[in-house]
Amino acid sequence: MSIINAKELSKIYRISEKQPGLAGTLRHLLQRKHREITAVNQVSFSIEPGEIVGFLGPNGAGKTTTLKMLTGLIHPSSGELSVAGHKPWQRKARFLRQITLVMGNRQQLLWDLPALDSLKVNAAVYGIPEKEAQRRINELAEMLELGEELLRPLRKLSLGQRMKTELLAALLHQPAVLFLDEPTLGLDVNAQVRVREFLADYNKRTGATMLLTSHYMGDITTLCPRVLLIHQGELFHDGSLSELTQKLAPCSQVRMELSEIHSVEDFCGYGDIHSLKGHQVQLLIPRAELSERVAALLNRFEVVDLEVSAPPIEELIGGLFRTRDKL
Amino acid sequence: MKWAWRVARALITSQYALMLEYRAEIILWALSGVLPLIMLGVWSGSGAATAAGISAQQLSRYFLAAFVVRQFTVVWLINVFEEDALQGRLSPFLLQPISPLWRYLTAHLSEQASRIPIVAVLLVLLGIAAPGLIWLPSAGAIFFGFIAIMAAFLLRFLLQLVLTTFCFWSEKAAAIDRLLMIPYMFLSGIVAPIDTFPPAVKRLAMATPFPWMIDFPARLIAGEPVNIALGFAAITAWCLLLLPICHLLWRAGLRRYSAMGA
Repeated sequence: MSIINAKELSKIYRISEKQPGLAGTLRHLLQRKHREITAVNQVSFSIEPGEIVGFLGPNGAGKTTTLKMLTGLIHPSSGELSVAGHKPWQRKARFLRQITLVMGNRQQLLWDLPALDSLKVNAAVYGIPEKEAQRRINELAEMLELGEELLRPLRKLSLGQRMKTELLAALLHQPAVLFLDEPTLGLDVNAQVRVREFLADYNKRTGATMLLTSHYMGDITTLCPRVLLIHQGELFHDGSLSELTQKLAPCSQVRMELSEIHSVEDFCGYGDIHSLKGHQVQLLIPRAELSERVAALLNRFEVVDLEVSAPPIEELIGGLFRTRDKL
Repeated sequence: MKWAWRVARALITSQYALMLEYRAEIILWALSGVLPLIMLGVWSGSGAATAAGISAQQLSRYFLAAFVVRQFTVVWLINVFEEDALQGRLSPFLLQPISPLWRYLTAHLSEQASRIPIVAVLLVLLGIAAPGLIWLPSAGAIFFGFIAIMAAFLLRFLLQLVLTTFCFWSEKAAAIDRLLMIPYMFLSGIVAPIDTFPPAVKRLAMATPFPWMIDFPARLIAGEPVNIALGFAAITAWCLLLLPICHLLWRAGLRRYSAMGA
């Protein structure tokens, strides 16, 4: 049974519009104009327990609004939603004990106090016995490589250390469902890698379900076998990342430097010629037949250098969003 | 019950630690609450109190008690809540299985606790500067005065909570509270004891929650004849009226919440 079920979920905001200048200001004061904005439009998906799912989309696509509905922070305008067997917007304590939301740009810990003070409050709020809370803090701190940082005021920690303490705080009550909104935002490469490793490890150890948004494709490719793609409030892809890559880039690019110059006809049957200049040739070969065709090429030609590449996933997905912008 | 006590203890401990981080700011806040002492100076020089049948000693004790009451009934919920809602800090609190209002309430109680030594020092300094002003209230006055201060604080907290829920509809709800400061200042007894008001104005004042926030506890501490049962009954009645209003507005507000800034 799915742990997250969203069916035709929509969120419509009513906003007032103001034109610039004095006239616009006066009109805004006397005759306010409102407009409805559909932030999320009829989105449907379900997630099984233990899955890690990436949620991708450009800025303003509706990712965070969807996460806010899933956590119960905001009420959906329409549609059906169930998370861990609860209607999130009812915000029942039993539901809130099963979820967590980590926001890369927001902190829940008290800024001027050491994280340990906030962790003790969280332990009390979630009803975790003191000894058990201490055991969990030690365990998570070890996984996250945190030590005396927990005793320093939060404001004195680096961004990476703060993010790790936020993760610790968010996971102290061992939630079954994690909503992660850009958890590696602003972190350096090493810190990003450590956070990803921690999340993967946490998922393996606890079987927690994770829905993750990120603009760093590294987060997605490392953690998420499955991705949801959203654009202008509408979900347009739900499937595995490899399936998406296959769909977006069915061919690999093979670049060869040959010892002799060959004609276009010589490459017939090996793939589509992308370019042919002197000793250099670039072919586009379907991924499914890549190994056998490359082997055949190596048999047929005297190859000085060979390079096989696929377009980076960032480029593919970025291109996909740009294409949809034009539609 | 054990859980509630543990949560209360954890919240108060952490909030008290937080308030001690802001000690310089709290000293300034405490100093800014000297209006009753200024009013004492104004009234003492005018002779109007004598005309209203209040002796100089009664007047000084009243305003000194009002100063203490004011120090421990300050409510700043709307300001901090508005900022938290706008900056997105409210959202993580809403995702925890207790209402964020408990955090704000314990923050106020912790701030009051951190004010105790500051107010004590101010009273000692006042005693040194004008020894005639300081007196030791009776044990009964201290006991009932303390309860009346806590009850007055709760009433003021609930009244401001009603306005605070408007933060879900408006980004500038704190402005409404500033408007409410006018009747609060005049009808609570900060600028003048309610007994000095003309009878019609006094009747009007007594029909509002404001006199129970300052005048009632101040008169209790000052040793003035006060109907204690009526005072506590009035505070209880106002609290019972405000509680369901707060509850309904809070629930309606949460439905409108857009988790701005988060």
